[in-house]
Amino acid sequence: MELKGRAHKFGDHINTDYIMSSRHRTQTLDYRELAKHLLADIRPGFYESVQPGDFIVAGKNFGCGSSREYAPKIIKAGGIAAVLAKTFARIFYRNAINLGLPLIECDTDQINEGDLLTINLKQGEVFNETNGKKIFINPMPEFMVSLLDEGGLASFIRKYKKFKL
Amino acid sequence: MGLTIAEKILAEKSGTEAKAGKLVVADIDVIMAHDSLGPMALEALTEMGEVSLPRPKKICFMTDHLVPTPARNYAQMQKQMNEFAHRWGIRLYGAGEGICHQLLVEKEVRPGQVVIGTDSHTCMAGALNALATGVGSTDAAAAMATGQLWFKVPETIKIILLGHLPRGVFAKDIILFIIGKLTEDGANYQAVEFTGETISSLSMASRFTMCNMGIEMGAKAAIMEVDEITRQWLRQRGDQEEIQSVKADADANYSQILEISVNKLEPQIAKPHQVDNVVPLKEVAGTPIHEVVIGTCTNGRLEDLELAASILEGKHIARGMKLIVIPASRQVLLEAMAKGILAKLIEAGGMVLPPGCGPCVGVHGGIPADGENVLSTANRNFKGRMGNPQANIFLGSPAAAAAAALEGKIVDPRKYLA
Repeated sequence: MELKGRAHKFGDHINTDYIMSSRHRTQTLDYRELAKHLLADIRPGFYESVQPGDFIVAGKNFGCGSSREYAPKIIKAGGIAAVLAKTFARIFYRNAINLGLPLIECDTDQINEGDLLTINLKQGEVFNETNGKKIFINPMPEFMVSLLDEGGLASFIRKYKKFKL
Repeated sequence: MGLTIAEKILAEKSGTEAKAGKLVVADIDVIMAHDSLGPMALEALTEMGEVSLPRPKKICFMTDHLVPTPARNYAQMQKQMNEFAHRWGIRLYGAGEGICHQLLVEKEVRPGQVVIGTDSHTCMAGALNALATGVGSTDAAAAMATGQLWFKVPETIKIILLGHLPRGVFAKDIILFIIGKLTEDGANYQAVEFTGETISSLSMASRFTMCNMGIEMGAKAAIMEVDEITRQWLRQRGDQEEIQSVKADADANYSQILEISVNKLEPQIAKPHQVDNVVPLKEVAGTPIHEVVIGTCTNGRLEDLELAASILEGKHIARGMKLIVIPASRQVLLEAMAKGILAKLIEAGGMVLPPGCGPCVGVHGGIPADGENVLSTANRNFKGRMGNPQANIFLGSPAAAAAAALEGKIVDPRKYLA
């Protein structure tokens, strides 16, 4: 699978409250509507700046905080094709893969705001077309790759009826 | 090579040799879902095509995040959870019964179990010697559908606490101090074992406060061994079964071993907007405070309310101060009423909310105004956490919170504690 899009750069410790404050759920539970608030508390107007297929690129511990699964859900609904970070918080990591949102653990210092990236998940490589750098992707456990291949955990369980590692 | 507590529990529940780093599929003893993230688990179950739950007795639904419901959306979500629970014979804890983590330790969790919940602070139940961890809705749904969940067996950080807490310094100060040292992701993907003579001297309530905040350094689980105090807690709630502690082996392998002496520990405060932004309270003394929250799953137990009441008794909170009190469960609320603790808090100017998450979910029950500073006994101070990104949240002990409510600024609570 090859993904191509622009980088939107964020810092360390982007928590689930920043991804979206739960106060917006008072108005609606529609993920497409909620996606309009994506990262808005720390970057107003972010949703409007995203082209479908773009990437969020962050520092370490992306997704820390709550277990709220609507965080990765609205990232997807907001048109983001993958999140790249130096590290991810544990619960967010599972939630995103369970929903079929690719997470790329790599050295994001090699990426700047607005860079055009091509991600090749099978080859385990990000190519930064803007500065010509190739960035190695830390491999994900095989089981999680199989979850992504099946389109997430719900599809996996629907097909296999149980966990098999 | 010996095993850590997390390795032993996961080995037992997966029937494999569960050494750190391995992936295992473990049987789940308790699956908790609450009103905020449970409905999404029900959606996931539908996607899984699941029409039968093999072990509904292992599932409990809790109604705590939005009580009483502040909006129609949430009322619909709770109704959906209630109907589903009724259909499948799932234990349902209704609105007002308590916060999910408190109900787990009052009613559900036993030593040696694997516990999952759709809430990151599920790690609190580790104080009862369980491997308790927060998961998302789809993981919870998969566990409901199959009775199992996969885990990467975590490495463990052992934290040995030595010495005795000085007067006016509490479990909350210890855990804030540790988070400040280890930082927000210092235990990411790992379990934490808390041990040492300090832990032995702490009540279960204080132990819950510590394990509750394990996730604030990224921990997958925060675990303590069983001792007489644990046994007493379990017996008091009517547990008649044999109580065995899962103990770490003396030669277990740890990723890190930390020894911390609490003898000279001072009151601590986490400053906005990260939980690891911890300083000794004296460094922020004098900071104006407009709202104080005492309670929540982190510090809403009887000893917390009693401590706050001992500071506020016979006095009145500062002019314009909003003091919000949230008991962690109905049981705590009733005990605090019977002991006259609530009366003291109310006479001092406090407002008592029903047991639940209150303003900590950022939707209702005390959203601060722009530019206001809140001192809360809860566990998170992220920007916008309490529903307004223009407010600042400080975290501290119930004593620090009560003292701030009195004076309208951050002050060392020790002057109020004889």
